[in-house]
Amino acid sequence: MKRLWIFLIATLEVIGLMVLTASMVSAQQAKPAFKVEDPMGVVKIKPGESIHIAAWMVVAGPDASLGTDTKRGVEIAIEDKGGKVLGFPIKLSVQDTGCNAEGGQAAATKLAADPTIIAAIGSSCSSEARPGAPILWKAKIATVSPSATSPDLTDPTKRGREYEGFLRTAHNDKVQGAVAAEFAWIQLKVKRAATIHDGSIYAEKLQAIFSETFKKLGGTITSQEAVAPTDTDMRPVLTKIATGKPEFIYYPVFIAAGGHITRQVKEVKGLEKVALMGADGIFSPDFYKAAGETAVGMYHSSPDFSAFGEGYKTFLQKHQKKYGEKPIAPFHAHAYDAAMMIFVAIEKVGQKAPDGTLYIGRKALKDALYATKNLKSLTGNLTCDPNGDCADPRIAIYKTSVENIKSLVLPDKPFWKPYAVAAPGVKTPAEKSPVKK
Amino acid sequence: MDEACGGVEGIRLPKHFHEVKGLMLKRWKERMTPTDIVMWFIGGAILLLIAWGSTATLTEGRYTSHHWFDFIIFGLAQGSIYALIAMGYTMVYGTLRMINFAHSEVFMSGPYTAYFVAAAFYSSGFLDRQPMISLILIFVVSMATSTLIAVLLERIAYRPLRSAPRLVPLITAIGASFFLQYTFRGLYGSGFQAYPVIKILEGEWTFGEFRILKFQAVVIVAAALLMAALYLFVQRTRIGKAIRAVSEDKETSSLMGINIDRMIVTTFVIGGMAAGAAGVLYAVMFKQVHFFMGFIPGIKAFTAAVLGGIGNIPGAMLGGIFLGLVESVGPSLFLDGLGIVAPYQLKDAIAFIMLVLVLIFRPTGILGERLAVKKA
Repeated sequence: MKRLWIFLIATLEVIGLMVLTASMVSAQQAKPAFKVEDPMGVVKIKPGESIHIAAWMVVAGPDASLGTDTKRGVEIAIEDKGGKVLGFPIKLSVQDTGCNAEGGQAAATKLAADPTIIAAIGSSCSSEARPGAPILWKAKIATVSPSATSPDLTDPTKRGREYEGFLRTAHNDKVQGAVAAEFAWIQLKVKRAATIHDGSIYAEKLQAIFSETFKKLGGTITSQEAVAPTDTDMRPVLTKIATGKPEFIYYPVFIAAGGHITRQVKEVKGLEKVALMGADGIFSPDFYKAAGETAVGMYHSSPDFSAFGEGYKTFLQKHQKKYGEKPIAPFHAHAYDAAMMIFVAIEKVGQKAPDGTLYIGRKALKDALYATKNLKSLTGNLTCDPNGDCADPRIAIYKTSVENIKSLVLPDKPFWKPYAVAAPGVKTPAEKSPVKK
Repeated sequence: MDEACGGVEGIRLPKHFHEVKGLMLKRWKERMTPTDIVMWFIGGAILLLIAWGSTATLTEGRYTSHHWFDFIIFGLAQGSIYALIAMGYTMVYGTLRMINFAHSEVFMSGPYTAYFVAAAFYSSGFLDRQPMISLILIFVVSMATSTLIAVLLERIAYRPLRSAPRLVPLITAIGASFFLQYTFRGLYGSGFQAYPVIKILEGEWTFGEFRILKFQAVVIVAAALLMAALYLFVQRTRIGKAIRAVSEDKETSSLMGINIDRMIVTTFVIGGMAAGAAGVLYAVMFKQVHFFMGFIPGIKAFTAAVLGGIGNIPGAMLGGIFLGLVESVGPSLFLDGLGIVAPYQLKDAIAFIMLVLVLIFRPTGILGERLAVKKA
């Protein structure tokens, strides 16, 4: 009998509680006639909470300089915003990606599990973006990459719907590879070139575009070799390259392998006088550390810092003040722009309820990012095309001097630029033909 | 086959040669399994492919003799480093019957620690003034660190588990490997460090048409000397004899008055010293050190040890050099003639295919002896 009573009371209590909560909820809903709907979900940020932005970048390991540099760009962008968007403080959380597919996948999976993240900045390397971007987009998190440059990521024939959430402020390597080939052909006047890649979609595509352009210009590609990013002994593969007697080697790889190649090239018979060129992935003081004096006289293709917008000077001053050194890789400004692009989009789509809660629709945010048009920024005017390419790409060639190696600082002034010959405003073929529409 | 002729119990001694032959054939047929046939088929196919690729490359004539000479020297230099690391794997396996997967971290710890000594010498100018003394000191620091790590590893991670089932120390070894990797990452950072250039080791010596880079010659000679010294130590000294006795039979050797613990520690010390020395040679050759640098050479050295016959010291040396040569010469020789693009991307695949090939025809490795039931 006693048991029955207890049971009855318990049931009544439960029912009572349910009724109570239901009435409370309905009361709450009834008060503001405010509703934000989005087919991909809405993020609700209550007053006192913060706008959560994630950065997935390589901040550890041999390529740490690439991600650390972009992380600093984002941090300065947040500072310039006063740490706030629409009156809400910005919270930045960083995940390391390791500059490989596994790291990108792991980082993206971790970020995708956090429903408070509104948008992401990253990844650093293209091979991280390939598995990572679809994972983030499955959780409807749009991501803007400051440095993943592989053409595949924004190629409409290769990019499925799962890459819809991926945009970038970095240049497309279609531009960089072509500029590198033109530099070799026009400026250095070499006729025979060889390339090395490391199997990543960044390096492989970049050297393919280089080779294609170089052949179109009339040059000969003696061989297109590949190594693994973890390889250390490059002498055998370089000996193989030497049999083709190239005058120029283009190896757009990453720092560890790039350092080994640069050091070992001069040790291989027949390659003592060959000209060397890397790309933006190894344009870093860390690469100078890895390659040592053997990097003197080497060329790099990289974004043209001298073509950056007005604000870049003040950016550099802030950077120097905050971190006590010059930028350590080429993509800090792109990261700054990626962050700004996201903040502008949030400002556009964020809706404040009368009670101060901020509502951000995920699809609306993505659409706002794609709608970015003529956004004045550090790297130029950003305009996003339907495939996610937003950059205003200007690539220049840099040459490394003895001083650069001694003080481990990147060269300030470009050695050569493809558009220097043309009158201002007139686009050179380099910019016109391979660039996105 | 010797059992057939050696009068295995229950078989009458054969009188005629034909009978012996018939008996051997019968035995052989009995022992054959379908798996063997498939394996031999695969092995034969690989061999055929290698032969075909090599002839195609050689007839093509893209490489001259000095190219081949260079390939072989590069391979020897890389292979002698593998061989030195493989010593540690094989000796520990010989005494403890376990794979010390943390040996790659023993290898990494030495040169990474010695880097800081080298960098200090470099910035003070001592390295350029007294290159020999600096180099010796770098070697000493590296070998001491690696030895210390190896001994600690044995004392903390392996000794308490010596009587545990065989899988337990194996898993512990993997755990210890991760622990050490990330300890060193915590200590020295996740980035890499670049070894200073040692000027006396730069440049090359030429012999007529052939030339050899100085540091490669140094690496090869130093590794050969070290391996010879270790081999003689194990074969000729009393301690070496005791180590061999322990690896034969622990109980009996302890009855003979051998301190087993001490002998096992000694094998770890020797393995650690070899790894520390290999580490400096590696740093001289490649100039980059970081906390993950031991992983790939460790895997390769383990492969070399298995290739040569694990537990066998000359086998490990031979396996290491064989692996280094295959990695350096193989892609050009085997694959170039087959028209495969970028063959050096397949360097590791070739190395492991060689392992498979050797194990198909000699399951115990090149110099591996058949293990007694008790040992295996």
